[in-house]
Amino acid sequence: MTEVQLIELTVNGERHDLAVEPRRTLVDVLRHDLGLTGTHVGCEHGICGACTVLVDGAPARACLMFAAQAEDADIRTVESLAAPDGTLNDLQRSFSAHHGLQCGFCTPGFLMLAEGYLAERPEASKEEIREVVASNVCRCTGYQTIVEAIDDCAGRRRAAFQAQLDSGRSA
Amino acid sequence: MTPEPHLRRDGAWVGASVPRREDPRLLAGRGRFVDDIVLPGMLHAQFVRSTAAHARITAVDLSEVRAVPGVVAAFSAEDLDLDDITAELDRPAHEFVPTSMPVLARDRVRYVGEPIAIVIARDPYAVEDGLEAAVVEYEELEPVVSDTAALAEGAPLVHDNAPANTLVDVSLFATEGIDDVFAEADCVVRIRTKTGRQNALPLETRGVVADWDDRDEQLRVQTCTQVPHQVRTVLSRCTGLQERQVRVTVPDMGGGFGQKCVVGREEIAAAAAALRLRRPVKWIEDRRDALTAAFLAREQRYDVRAAFDAEGRILAIDADVVCDMGAYSCYPFTAGIEPLMASAEMPGVYKLPAYRVRGRAVTTNKAPTAPYRGVSRPQYVMVVERLMERAARELGMDPVEIRRRNVITVFPYTGINNITYDPGSYRESLDLCEQVLRDEGWYDVRGSADRVIGIGYACFSERTGYGSGAFAQRKMSVVPGFDISEVRMDTSGALVVTTGTMSHGQSHETTMAQIVADRLGVPIDRIRIQQGDTDRITYGWGSFASRSITIGGSAVAAASRKLGDQLREIAAHLLEADVDNTELDGESGVRLRDAPDRRLSFIEIADVAYLRAHLLPKNVGPGLTATASFDVGGDGTFSNATHGVVVELDRGTGGVEILRYVCVEDCGVAIHPQVVEGQCRGGIAQGIAGALFEQVTYDDAGQPLCPSFMEYKVPTAAEIPDVEIHHLETPSAFTESGAKGAGEGGTIGAPAAVLNAVNDALRSTGVELDDTPIARETVHRALEAGS
Repeated sequence: MTEVQLIELTVNGERHDLAVEPRRTLVDVLRHDLGLTGTHVGCEHGICGACTVLVDGAPARACLMFAAQAEDADIRTVESLAAPDGTLNDLQRSFSAHHGLQCGFCTPGFLMLAEGYLAERPEASKEEIREVVASNVCRCTGYQTIVEAIDDCAGRRRAAFQAQLDSGRSA
Repeated sequence: MTPEPHLRRDGAWVGASVPRREDPRLLAGRGRFVDDIVLPGMLHAQFVRSTAAHARITAVDLSEVRAVPGVVAAFSAEDLDLDDITAELDRPAHEFVPTSMPVLARDRVRYVGEPIAIVIARDPYAVEDGLEAAVVEYEELEPVVSDTAALAEGAPLVHDNAPANTLVDVSLFATEGIDDVFAEADCVVRIRTKTGRQNALPLETRGVVADWDDRDEQLRVQTCTQVPHQVRTVLSRCTGLQERQVRVTVPDMGGGFGQKCVVGREEIAAAAAALRLRRPVKWIEDRRDALTAAFLAREQRYDVRAAFDAEGRILAIDADVVCDMGAYSCYPFTAGIEPLMASAEMPGVYKLPAYRVRGRAVTTNKAPTAPYRGVSRPQYVMVVERLMERAARELGMDPVEIRRRNVITVFPYTGINNITYDPGSYRESLDLCEQVLRDEGWYDVRGSADRVIGIGYACFSERTGYGSGAFAQRKMSVVPGFDISEVRMDTSGALVVTTGTMSHGQSHETTMAQIVADRLGVPIDRIRIQQGDTDRITYGWGSFASRSITIGGSAVAAASRKLGDQLREIAAHLLEADVDNTELDGESGVRLRDAPDRRLSFIEIADVAYLRAHLLPKNVGPGLTATASFDVGGDGTFSNATHGVVVELDRGTGGVEILRYVCVEDCGVAIHPQVVEGQCRGGIAQGIAGALFEQVTYDDAGQPLCPSFMEYKVPTAAEIPDVEIHHLETPSAFTESGAKGAGEGGTIGAPAAVLNAVNDALRSTGVELDDTPIARETVHRALEAGS
């Protein structure tokens, strides 16, 4: 039998002890060992981005990493976005409002890509967002509504932040 | 949060862009795609695939495979002993040669990637180890890797029973005197073009999970298919099981675009292996196999002449179409799908007095083909639209004006191809599209001296929702067309509605529910659409050919109306009123017309129908279900659109940048305008991909040259522009909601519009480009030649 390695993964704030083959990719461990099937596999060679997750806050292709490489990292998947009661977050709601998904297969990858990017660059312009959206492949939408969904969400987050600042000032 | 809820009609669900029912689970990562399914004791399968394009198999040795740790079984064709997959046309031998596609190759392989054996192991990694241990010996034969090679004198035969490698050869219409028309015409133009082989490329590759269940005596097959009942039929025929012993269900699907509307040999093989092993087997196609061995499409060659009079009126088209269909006929459509579509429909939106066409399907040593979104229409529309522009150039006319003189404006119009076109807005869409680009000043920009800018159009219609009659005209031996829907109301007054269509991104759970909601006056959150289950759905043809809303939606509407009648009948009895004096009140109830305050809610009626059936009228049985079927009458219903594109060419690189894309579409009544726009934009993206980027290529030995996304260039947000969409609405008289299909139009118009725009930009160079995809080097050379 193939050699097995003991690893510890932190996914969506939860710690898991796992025994996996060293060759097992992060996306396979997330999907099949942890049952987090929201992260999808589209190409297994790092182009389509359907498997995008956040590794220490930065978008990463989970098909290009071995699970063992993610040991000391904080991993976030699409399952972390909605509230425990299933309420979608603002980014997810924006995708729905703009019809930024059709079949929904690429969607978790785009959501995590956007989540990571907006956290890093909340002031991103629509053009910058389009450039980042070009990291992943969607076969259904033609991308326009994905860009619009992310841009709209970014604008709302900025407005909310500004409102918070303003109310802080007036208080 | 919601953007403009445009087009919402007075209180009606149809026409409103309501939030999609599918979205919450898909956004939360809680969808259930086939690879998300895990069954206890599940095994994993992959295929030993041919490394030769054309060869006799002299030996298949799987003994080493079976010895690999983790491998549970390995089966060759001989081991599984399945019947072949055979699709036929009811045409004479000189028009159609039937060929069979074995589930696993037996003694001959006909393309690289053809499945030879199935390997089953405890986990997906061990399967890969197993594949490497397989030994297959070949006696290589000369491969046939292009349509011209296939048709060449003395070419090797891909199928021994198909002379000249020709599977389909039809000559149609041949208007009397057509040669004289060409001889006497003021202007004759000719287009010779070749379009690249493409992959429909759903982002979710194909896959299946199958297991045998002793209690149900069923092989349960969960597979991502657009055509669940056809998978059941083929599986039953290949294995010898009765159809009741096969249950095909479809989980969430990550796209299909046609690639999944035919029955795949791998899904049959994996299910047969599960049957043999009595253990669950999962097969998930990897991307390399999806790029090289899945069904492909679109590789066609056209040689077409058109005659015009001096005023630009088209007089005749004479066309020769050759489609490279690869190694096998697909089920149920056969290798005739592309040439028959092109031959029958080519005259399109124009008043064409004379027409002659020869359509051929040739077989080659490449992966077989299936219908891909648009099916031949992206190609022949491109050809006809090129003919229009070339004639305009020869005659010194404006390219929009020449179309204006030729488009059908009086409906219904019966064409030279014996097809009757229902009303559309061909002329109106053309006028509006041009007006938008003029108003935005693009014609001025086009004239700027320092930039290389062109404007191109495509004006077209597409038959959507082919009924049985239309498919019968194609002489398919298996004739798709109708759909059946059952509507069932439970004691809580909520509904489950079946459809034989199969959503794979098109939002049927939402749009079909909107149709039901309006018919019965029930809010959509009390309606569940059930699809993709051969045990629960009487029969269905699935989703392809933009048939879901036109045919499936009409069946759903008809069944809903029938249930409404039943509810009224029961209510009339309970209210001691005449049934003609009752009506649905739009709020989940039935009221009396002359006394609206006397009403019964659906819950009250259902209570009687199920729980106190003794109170029912004598002629009404217990329960609340209604079933209706629907088939499109006449020659079906035609959506139409005009696309207008502005491109700029880069002198340095030959790159084509799309500066503006405008689409004026008419799909009749839009059930959900946002979904229609999504279909347009997604379709246009795939059309642009075909025009500028994607091509499956092979070397001279038939080895595929695009095994990854590094070689097969799927465009991203960096290449696909925003698309402005304008809606026109010519309701269809043939469908229950007035809707026409909207699934394919975007893909159909884009290649023609882009190619015309590129040629317009090249107008000063004297170079005209007709082949797709348009390579940068070609554009670059053209610009250099012209400068």
